[in-house]
Amino acid sequence: MNEELKFLSRQAALGTISRRKFLGRAGALGVTAAAANTMLAGAVHAEGPQKGGTLRIGLQGGSTTDSLDPALATNTTAVNLIRMWGEPLVELTDDGGLQGKVAESFEASADAKTWTFTIRKGITFSNGQEVTAADAAAMLDRHSGEESKSGALGLLRDIKNVSTNGRDVIVELNNGNADLPYLMSDYHLIVQPNGGKDAPDAAIGTGPYIMKEVDMGVRFVAEKNPNYWGDIGHAETIEMLVINDNTARVAALQSGQVDIIDRVPPRTAGLVSRAPGITVASTAGPGHYVFIAHVNTAPFDNPDLMMALKYGINRQEMVDKILFGYGSVGNDSPINAAYPMYTEMEQREYDPDKAAEYFKKSGHEGPVLLRTSDNSFPGAPDAAALFQQSLKAAGIELEIKREPNDGYWSEVWNNKPFCTSYWGGRSTQDQMFTTAYLSTADWNDTRYKSESFDKLLIAARAELDQDKRKSMYADMGMMVRNEGGLICPMFNDFVDAYTDKLGGWVEGVAGFSLMNGYAAQRMWVTG
Amino acid sequence: MSLLVKLLAQRIALGLLLLFLVSILIFAGTIILPGDVAQQILGQSATPEALANMRRDLGLNDPPIKRYFSWLGGLVQGDLGTSLTSGKDIAESIGKRLGNTLFLAFWAAIISVPLAILLGLIAVRYRERWPDKLISAVTLASISVPEFLIAYVAIFFVSVRLRWAPSVTTINDSMSLSEKLHTISLPIAVLTLVVLAHMMRMTRAAILNVMQSAYIETAELKGLRTFTIIWKHAFPNSIAPVVNVVMLNLAYLVVGVVVIEVVFTYPGMGQFLVDHVSKRDIPVVQACGLIFAAVYIGLNMVADIVSIVANPRLRHPK
Repeated sequence: MNEELKFLSRQAALGTISRRKFLGRAGALGVTAAAANTMLAGAVHAEGPQKGGTLRIGLQGGSTTDSLDPALATNTTAVNLIRMWGEPLVELTDDGGLQGKVAESFEASADAKTWTFTIRKGITFSNGQEVTAADAAAMLDRHSGEESKSGALGLLRDIKNVSTNGRDVIVELNNGNADLPYLMSDYHLIVQPNGGKDAPDAAIGTGPYIMKEVDMGVRFVAEKNPNYWGDIGHAETIEMLVINDNTARVAALQSGQVDIIDRVPPRTAGLVSRAPGITVASTAGPGHYVFIAHVNTAPFDNPDLMMALKYGINRQEMVDKILFGYGSVGNDSPINAAYPMYTEMEQREYDPDKAAEYFKKSGHEGPVLLRTSDNSFPGAPDAAALFQQSLKAAGIELEIKREPNDGYWSEVWNNKPFCTSYWGGRSTQDQMFTTAYLSTADWNDTRYKSESFDKLLIAARAELDQDKRKSMYADMGMMVRNEGGLICPMFNDFVDAYTDKLGGWVEGVAGFSLMNGYAAQRMWVTG
Repeated sequence: MSLLVKLLAQRIALGLLLLFLVSILIFAGTIILPGDVAQQILGQSATPEALANMRRDLGLNDPPIKRYFSWLGGLVQGDLGTSLTSGKDIAESIGKRLGNTLFLAFWAAIISVPLAILLGLIAVRYRERWPDKLISAVTLASISVPEFLIAYVAIFFVSVRLRWAPSVTTINDSMSLSEKLHTISLPIAVLTLVVLAHMMRMTRAAILNVMQSAYIETAELKGLRTFTIIWKHAFPNSIAPVVNVVMLNLAYLVVGVVVIEVVFTYPGMGQFLVDHVSKRDIPVVQACGLIFAAVYIGLNMVADIVSIVANPRLRHPK
């Protein structure tokens, strides 16, 4: 590389020359803007985190009606907010493994029925109080108790007893669960003083920042927690703005009012990435856009009809036209390579002849009714129309009914027999299957009820032999793919964007968008 | 004058009755909507237990009639109640948002109303000539284009390209007045474009109507300058319809700007109301609805009174 360029990029990274100037000089030396941007990002990274400054982040999803109580968090704004002031016992690592947060270590008994989490020594809440095992135990009690309204309630049903011993929190389960620490990384399960029983929405936790201004659904300001134990939290101040309108969010980034945003619409992501000084970062994740049918309700209780529908969907076309390439094809199973114990399965392709054959075999007559709405996933009505076209080639008529956004999740999803929907995914296969494919699951939105599947799922949960466990999950994935009511055409990537004012983006972080919600803490302002 | 007092009392009584009816309508409307507050708060992730716990805590198991009257009882004592979703005092949280809405409406009105009337007067002065046609063409064009489109175009050129004014107009208490005004300059400009045409056209039409009168001819024969005739003789006599339209537009600036609020991310009442409707937070929706209705009724009342005061014939009915 040209020595002058190298020098310039270092200067820019250190902030001694402006990035605009750097890009201009690089252009004069015959380097394209894109290449210069990449170089600059590299240089910024190489210089290491810079401390101080204000990092401004624009987020989608927040509402005036939100609460600071982590038990009630449902949207991405709430997740990013919780990451400011609070921490769970454990958290995902970048590649989907586990690391301790409030708990410095954790271990299981041989049958995975008893788990011990050891609380990190000498860490304090932002109110100065020391974190004890009792706080963590009270937290588990609050989220799993009879009175709980927590979004994590479903995860914690299997807990029999929680006790403490010095710095240890001991969790006893009814059935063995090798994935319990993964459950503890759930964003609802934030360690608060006395478990948050006294003041659930006080935003007092062990996180790297302390909330200074809170205006729900509008704006939040957080300042560095001077007593934070860990090594993240580089900016002095973080300002979070809720910008729900897609165009407004992108414009805010382009006009330099915010430094990083989430959910760049895939339709315009290509255009946005061409703007100077802006990087669009796409991260593969477990989230998927789906068509779900109740396999216990006519006509979807007919396996041949389900097969006809599964062969009648053009998955690649959906990835190209609905996700604009920001995603990957699905295979009628909720599991993809984002999961730690994923096993590849034969890809089911679009095959109108096979679909027609199965349709004939099913003996079904007349159209199949599909319900959809704009908010079931971005582009859902368009995806439904594509599905209609691809089925038409197989001689199957799909009737599309548009439902209002308002009330879709209470009236249509998990209620009507065939509709469009999305899943955010979970961090382990066990969680995903338990949440939506176990016979007794509340959100079994395909009404898939199979005794052998349930048995396998419970057995895999307590299986500590990883190879055995992996093959069990492969079997389960196959069962859902062939017998289930899930038609999964695509896995959607998270598409975020940031300006070159920030350094420290890490590609491919497991979990949610914006580096699992930690972008604001892990990135830094470069002057 | 006693007539005026009587009229005022009548209007206020009628207004209160209207507000009462509005509150019943809003309540019925939110009950009819699918899903309740517990379902909307918990969203896709609602488990039956969590739903049941939340319904019990929020008192949603009471019959709707009982809930309505307990709310009304509180209101009569000046208590708007607490929000179902956040548990906060409604009066307090609305107060801030209402303040923001009025702030934006006030500055938009300060610019648009005098500008509209001035343009109307100029259009009359040069009627059927190029200034009239230009003013009409521009204002009609700006009212015909949907407001969100004007807003996006303004954002693209003024914020993204030129970087003169911010596109995200989230104002907060730590800003000075001049910072706030700079922040909201784009929404003010867009709102001005949206309301200008209506007021300008009405001013022009009302004055032209009066311009046919005999006393205008007299004034002309006296040798007064055209603009003086319009300003001194024609305008005062056409004030009633103009005030009516101005009040309608002021009401719009307060209650109808939700699209502008969303596009510019402005923390006003509109977005606040939409958030709470989608969560079925009935007490907050009721309170917002009542405030909006009160603004509308109040401004129309002002318009009526101004027309009566401005017209001696209405002041002394036969």
